[in-house]
Amino acid sequence: MFKHFLWLEWKSFFRSASFGKSLGLKILMIFLALYFSGMFLLFGIALFPLIKELSPEADPMQVVNRFALVYFTFELIFRFMLQTLPVMDIKPLMHLPISKIKVVNFVLIKSLFSFYNLLPLFLFIPFGILCIIQGGYGTLNILGWIIGMYAIALCVNYFNFIIKKRFTENLKALIPIVIVGLTFALLDYMKIFQISVYFGKILNILVERPYLALIPIVLLVILYKWNQNNLYGKFYLDAGIKGKSKTANTRDFVWTKKFGSIAPFLQQDLKLIWRNKRPKTTIYLSVIFLAYGLIFYPNEAYQGMPAFFVFVGIFVTGIFMINFGQFIPSWDASYYPMIMAQNIPMRQYLASKMGLITFSVIVLAVLSTPYVYFGWNILLLNIACALYNMGVNIPLLMYAGSFNKKRIDLDKSPFMNYQGTGASQWLVGLPLMLIPIFFFWIINKFINYEVGVGFLAVLGIIGLILRPAILNFLVIRYRKRKYIMIEGYKQKGD
Amino acid sequence: MITATNLSKVYNGTKVLEIEHLDIPSGQNFGLVGNNGAGKTTFFSLMLDLIQPTTGNIFNKEITVSESEEWKPFTSSFIDESFLIGYLTPEEYFYFIGELRSRNKADIDSFLTQFEDFFNGEIIGRNKYLRDLSKGNQKKAGIVAALIGDPEVVILDEPFANLDPTTQIRLKKILKELSQTAGTTVLISSHDLIHVTEVCERIVVLDKGKIVKDIQTSEATLHELEAYFSREIAES
Repeated sequence: MFKHFLWLEWKSFFRSASFGKSLGLKILMIFLALYFSGMFLLFGIALFPLIKELSPEADPMQVVNRFALVYFTFELIFRFMLQTLPVMDIKPLMHLPISKIKVVNFVLIKSLFSFYNLLPLFLFIPFGILCIIQGGYGTLNILGWIIGMYAIALCVNYFNFIIKKRFTENLKALIPIVIVGLTFALLDYMKIFQISVYFGKILNILVERPYLALIPIVLLVILYKWNQNNLYGKFYLDAGIKGKSKTANTRDFVWTKKFGSIAPFLQQDLKLIWRNKRPKTTIYLSVIFLAYGLIFYPNEAYQGMPAFFVFVGIFVTGIFMINFGQFIPSWDASYYPMIMAQNIPMRQYLASKMGLITFSVIVLAVLSTPYVYFGWNILLLNIACALYNMGVNIPLLMYAGSFNKKRIDLDKSPFMNYQGTGASQWLVGLPLMLIPIFFFWIINKFINYEVGVGFLAVLGIIGLILRPAILNFLVIRYRKRKYIMIEGYKQKGD
Repeated sequence: MITATNLSKVYNGTKVLEIEHLDIPSGQNFGLVGNNGAGKTTFFSLMLDLIQPTTGNIFNKEITVSESEEWKPFTSSFIDESFLIGYLTPEEYFYFIGELRSRNKADIDSFLTQFEDFFNGEIIGRNKYLRDLSKGNQKKAGIVAALIGDPEVVILDEPFANLDPTTQIRLKKILKELSQTAGTTVLISSHDLIHVTEVCERIVVLDKGKIVKDIQTSEATLHELEAYFSREIAES
């Protein structure tokens, strides 16, 4: 049976509308994967001698165990942000003589072959081997440790599924987990209740009694079963398609009327965002990442590198732009033929999209003004970054959007719907940030900070002045790509 | 009103549509019939500039549809569910289309009253999103939306499919009135020969992309069509 599933996966990968685009991204991802594998391997080898050198009297194994919980916590956070969950379109399979449990198992086992599950091995195995050779540990003990640690890493893998599942269905469900996590972190930090130390001690016991590696394995099985039940329970059409026909929210956004000819489209887009889970998350993300500056501004390490603040400025004022804008016009994919056949001039359609994102940049820029606490230069830089976003990055994103031909199913069943919530989503944002950082870095290095800020602002203002001309160019571009887009949006699935 | 000249569409070397000349005068109720793959939807998609013709052009009121957008204000259509915005309620969708065709809320509300029977109480005021409606009800909403703003040309692909019998009869009445009283040019396609002969003044039969029959509807038309479509079965 798995053979058939693999065959389906293979076909859907090579026959998808976005094959060319995703192939390019995939190559980039492979490079990144190789890079990180190398880094982890290097770290895994260097860890043992490094600890020996820093504190000769300590036992490296115990030091590593002491920080294991912190490591797993970060692993969970990174997985949560970067790991795409495996997806499978179940509807065409439901009426066929395939047992549900097999489909569910396939999806869950497929996830084990993720790159993120390979990385911890690069760390654990070299370190374990060095512990045997130089640390005088027994082979069996270390084997138990490696198996135990890896089982925990895989537990993180499945635990992440459960969280991610709940997160996409209901963001508020995440709050208790975050609060519990933060409480433990705080208690640990203030040395009231050092959970990471206790966790380390448990791991030390594991090293002494390697057969205890069974416990994380049992935990892994339990988590697997939990996921299995979760998915199995969702294996009904009405769970996805019909179940949620709740009463419609008929908010009207009447205030958009002020924007004249683009008003109906703005209204449309706001409804799009509020009524669909995926675009709605972009709003939450924008608010969360507004606090991003707090990591960088107070940090001594970045004070000498103002180019980093450009990154923060572009990111904070443009997070909605990056997350929402990069999928324009795919958000409208399911009714794109209508948009093209209705009485909607292309120019107005594009202008309204740009208007919406510009508006978001302004709102985020205003919301980020409290950062003036860290100095006027930061406020000025953020305003310059906002201008740059409006003038340069928005047209760039719109241009990139004309290459989009991958459909986004807004009303797709919530059964594992994570289209585009993986690492590639962040990669698209890179050029938007690297270009201004580069300009600023050069100018700041050879002239000074103020000229750098001014330069970004001027670039943005030029872009804003040229916007009508840019729009004309985009209209030609989108008209040319229209047929390819309509064709691409017809293709459902991945 | 609508003229297609030298029109063809080729997909991967296969000609799916080839129309040398087709003229649809203003106010005509025009029906397109043909088996699957005959090119009906291809023709409508070309008319709406959703796909590009390989050769030739379609002129809608002398406007080349693939070169200008000027035909959009007086042309409206419903091809399939991809013309509906799933996360809107039917009312919101009607208001949105209304705004695109410069009709305000009050205009739309009074426009919708004439379709109360047609909707059969299942569309308006139900507080449901379009995506949560059944296929038939989605179709009803889409068809009515295509009539908003007194368009001069209305294009409906398979309007009778998925509708319940009562609604089919109501729709036939609406479509007949549309061309008779308002002088609208109505283009429909259908697999149902009875419906299409009842509604349309003129019926064109497509087969493998070519026009094989062009009939002014009369008493004998239904029989003629039935004979045509059963010829292969009769031969074998």
